[in-house]
This record gives sequence, C-alpha cells and structure tokens, in this order.
Amino acid sequence: MWNVFRAELTKLKRPSLSISTIAAVTFVTGLVTSLLFLLVDSPEGNGERGVRIGRDVLALPTGVSLSFSNAAGLLGIVALCIFAAQTAQEYTYGTLRNLLLRQPSRMKILLGKLGSMKLFAIAMVTLSAVLAVSLSYLFAGVKDISTQAWATPDARAALVRTFINVLIATIGYGIFGMILGLLFRSPISAISIGVIWNLIIEGLLSAFVTNIDRYFPGQLLSIVAIGGNDRISYQYALFTSYAFLLAGLAIVAFLFKKRDVAN
Amino acid sequence: MSSPLALDVADLSKKYGDRMALSHANFEVPMGSICGFVGPNGSGKTTTIRMLLGLITPTTGSGHVLGESINHPEKYLPNVGAMIEGPAFYPALTGAQNLTVLAKLGGFDTNGIQGLLDLVDLGDRGNSKYKTYSLGMKQRLGIAAALLPKPKLLVLDEPTNGLDPAGIQEVRALLRKLADNGTTVFVSSHLLSEIEMISDHLVMLRLGKVIFSGKTSELLAKQQPVIVAKPENRADLEKLAKIAEAGGHSAKIIDESVHVTGESDFSAKFNRAAFEAGITLESLTPVRASLEDTFFEMTGE
Repeated sequence: MWNVFRAELTKLKRPSLSISTIAAVTFVTGLVTSLLFLLVDSPEGNGERGVRIGRDVLALPTGVSLSFSNAAGLLGIVALCIFAAQTAQEYTYGTLRNLLLRQPSRMKILLGKLGSMKLFAIAMVTLSAVLAVSLSYLFAGVKDISTQAWATPDARAALVRTFINVLIATIGYGIFGMILGLLFRSPISAISIGVIWNLIIEGLLSAFVTNIDRYFPGQLLSIVAIGGNDRISYQYALFTSYAFLLAGLAIVAFLFKKRDVAN
Repeated sequence: MSSPLALDVADLSKKYGDRMALSHANFEVPMGSICGFVGPNGSGKTTTIRMLLGLITPTTGSGHVLGESINHPEKYLPNVGAMIEGPAFYPALTGAQNLTVLAKLGGFDTNGIQGLLDLVDLGDRGNSKYKTYSLGMKQRLGIAAALLPKPKLLVLDEPTNGLDPAGIQEVRALLRKLADNGTTVFVSSHLLSEIEMISDHLVMLRLGKVIFSGKTSELLAKQQPVIVAKPENRADLEKLAKIAEAGGHSAKIIDESVHVTGESDFSAKFNRAAFEAGITLESLTPVRASLEDTFFEMTGE
C-alpha cells in the first residue's frame, strides 16, 4: 500500500493539478470570506441562504474561523472533483491495467489512492485555513470589526476544531467523488453527477422539504464542517454521513475487486 | 526431461454473455523462447493475455505463468513485464515521471529509469510530456515500462505498432537480445513477417480457438514448397501446367505463372521437360511458404 501511496503522490504533485487546485481553493475561500465580511451590513444577508451574520457574531472568538467553515461545502466540491477525476482517469487513460500489473492487489491500489488523496485534501484544507484567517483579518480591518477575541485561546481552540471538522467534511466529499469515479469510470460523468447531486438535487430538496437534509450525505457533511446546528447534531451528521459513504465505498470496492479490467 | 515452461494453459475459456472470446485453449511456451502469438482481430489474443496477467477471470480452465497459477498473479507479476493493447500513460506527466510512477508502484529501483529510456531511444525526450510523444515514441515508452521489473517473462501486444522500419529492427534486436539472456518473450503481432523472423515458437488462434501451438519451424516444414515457373510465351501456360502434372505434381496457373507444388529438386527436371517441349522459361523460382501464407491457409482469412 505504501508503494501505491508514493506512486499516487507523483501523479498528484504534477504542476497542472497543483496550480489549478491552488487557484480553486483560493477562489472559493476568497469568495466566501469576502462575502461574509464585505456584505456584513447588507439587508440581503451575508451567510448561507440569506442568513445575516452580524458584526457582534464575527467579533466572537469563533469569528476568525467562520468563513473557513462556511467554505467547506465548496471546498468539498473541489475535493469531489479531484478524487473523482483521479480515480476515473485510470479507466479513460487505460492506465488501470498498468497499475494492476505492478500491484495486483486491487484493495491496496484503492487504499493507497485514498491515502494519497487524503494527504492532498489536508494540503487543500490547510491552504484554505491560512487564506481564510488572513483574509478575515484583512476584511475585518476594512469593515471595522473587532478582532480582539480572535487571538484568545478560545479562538485558537475553535480554529483547530473547525480545521478538523472541515477536513473530515472535505475528505467525505472526496470519498463521495471516489465512489462515483469507480462507479462511472469516466471523470466527466463522475464529476457532473457528483456536482449536480450535491449542488442541485440535495440543495434544492433541502431548501423546499423540511428536514430532508438529515438523509443527504452532502448536506450532512456541510453540517459536520460547521460543528452541527440547532436541528442536526454534530454526532448525528458525522455518523450518518460517514455511514452512507463507507457503505458506498464498500460496494464499489467489491465491484472494483471483482470486475474484469477489459479496457 | 522436458524444458521448464514459462506459460502453460489448459482448457482455458472466457465467455462474455453468449459469446466465447476464448474456447478451451491449450498451449505451452518454453522458458527462454520467443513465442509469437498470432490470429486475426477478435480471435481472442488480448483476452488470453489479460487472463494470463490476472486482469480478467477465466470462465473455465487453468493456467500457469512462471510456474504459478494464474489465480495468484501477485506471485508471478513481479517477474513479468507487459504492454497490453498499446501503451497507456498519463498525458500530463513526462515519460520519466510515468516510469517513476510504475517503478514506485512495483517497488523497483528508480535509478534505472534513465538507462531504460536510453535503451528505447528516448533518452533525450524523457523529460517531455507524454502527450507530446509521437505514436512510435509512446510505443517505445510502453516497452521501457514493460522492462522495468527486469522481467523473466515479457508479454508484448503489438509492440511494433507505429514504429518506423529502423524502430522495428531495433525492437527485433532487443527482443532477440533479451531472449538470449534468458527472458521469455511472448509477443502478439499482426506483422507475420516480423513474427516469422524472431519467434521460435508460435501459438495461432482463430475464432477463439488454438489452431496451432508448437515450434515455428515445425509449422513451416508442414507446408509444401512451390516452384513458380514463368514461360516466355504466355500461350504456353496450359502446356507447362500439363508437363508438371505429368511429372506427378499439382499445378495451378496464377496470373502469368504456373505454380507447381514440389521440392526445389524438381526444378531441374521440370526445366528440362519444358525445354524438350519447346517452352522457354523466363524464370523458375522455388518458393518456400511463408508464415503469412501458412497463416492465411490455416485461418481461411
């Protein structure tokens, strides 16, 4: 498995993927952070679905990590795309047969891939955290929002907690992408179905059907990222989302192990 | 005592739905030989290769690679190099990076990569992205990847596709050199003249069935040699064919020549008989059946 991990890192380190990922993470984090702070006085709201997050909330110790946790859903979509593409491309390029010649254990291939992509997700989330905190200080200054509480031990603890939660959520989205990649064996199909499911189907149904988000892995992962909300607890969101994902992963892993490699 | 086998399959079959891709195949490939694997498109060559490499599961039958069952590819694949259905690499990585991925995956030393690139004449293009390679360069990178494990068995599917004549000659020399050093080479190709030149063994498939398995020389020896006689005067074709038949040989008029089945020692007798009958021959050529002729005769293609 270690050999697979090392081999996968060689692929993940390629400049085209690194640069596009840095650009995507920067854009997503920058967008969410700027909207949160710069629209603080907007009557249309500055949070998700028009929620207003006031200066008093942003000035709390949790204020420094708020944009970071709010960006988790979009970061997750980036992870979903990367995990799906990295998995499905082995079929479209025909490189899966090369991998299996050098590592016949299909489970080791899968676990090594997952491990390397988790490391990639850690790098993504770390970059997002650094950007979110830096931009939060910058925009807080612009909007006269107090940052006194952001340097306290409570703020640091909240930031660490948020980092862990966003990481769990991002990896969860990535696993969802990997499942789709293995299932559809085409990056375009896997990514489009993943994005449509998360942003459109889950998003729309959750907006119109009360409490349906309790059963949607994407919605639950967003709730994991913000540490739970008043309707769905952190524990429920974490357990249920990962139960869905692990069940899905087990099914596609079984198919991956048994399916003939005929392309 | 028989020589050890690099490959042996017994009653190996693969069925996709109602279609038999390979039907009860039996063949053996001795260690250290170069074995040609030939057959028309869709005859089951790639399916067989995939089963031997653990990529697809046989419907029935068994097989061994380097003495290990094909049900346990992890036991023999570290000693097998292969290129199946052409080269397949990551377009955004360089040739060297692509080999590095595979070397790391197999736990092989990455220090030998430049040497392999030099061997396949890609030494100065190793740092170019794979997507910029020509078809011939891609093919050569595929061969380099197959050589990464310093294989005891090398399985190549159409290795000369896209190569220029010089490249084909280089690959032929490389395979010969590898076989001389003890590597068994199992190579499928549509270029039967190439296979005839390099292979000492042959496995021939048609419609998913093995129609010949054995030494190439044995197969060619079974074919009747032909003498091709071309008379100076085309009006003598019929008369010339009758002279051959009178000598106990079958004869066929093809284009402007008479094709007579017989060993080359009949040539002198035939020439004399033609001369005595007042026929002047423009040319008289003994021709041995090539693998291509044999292949077409056996496969009916």
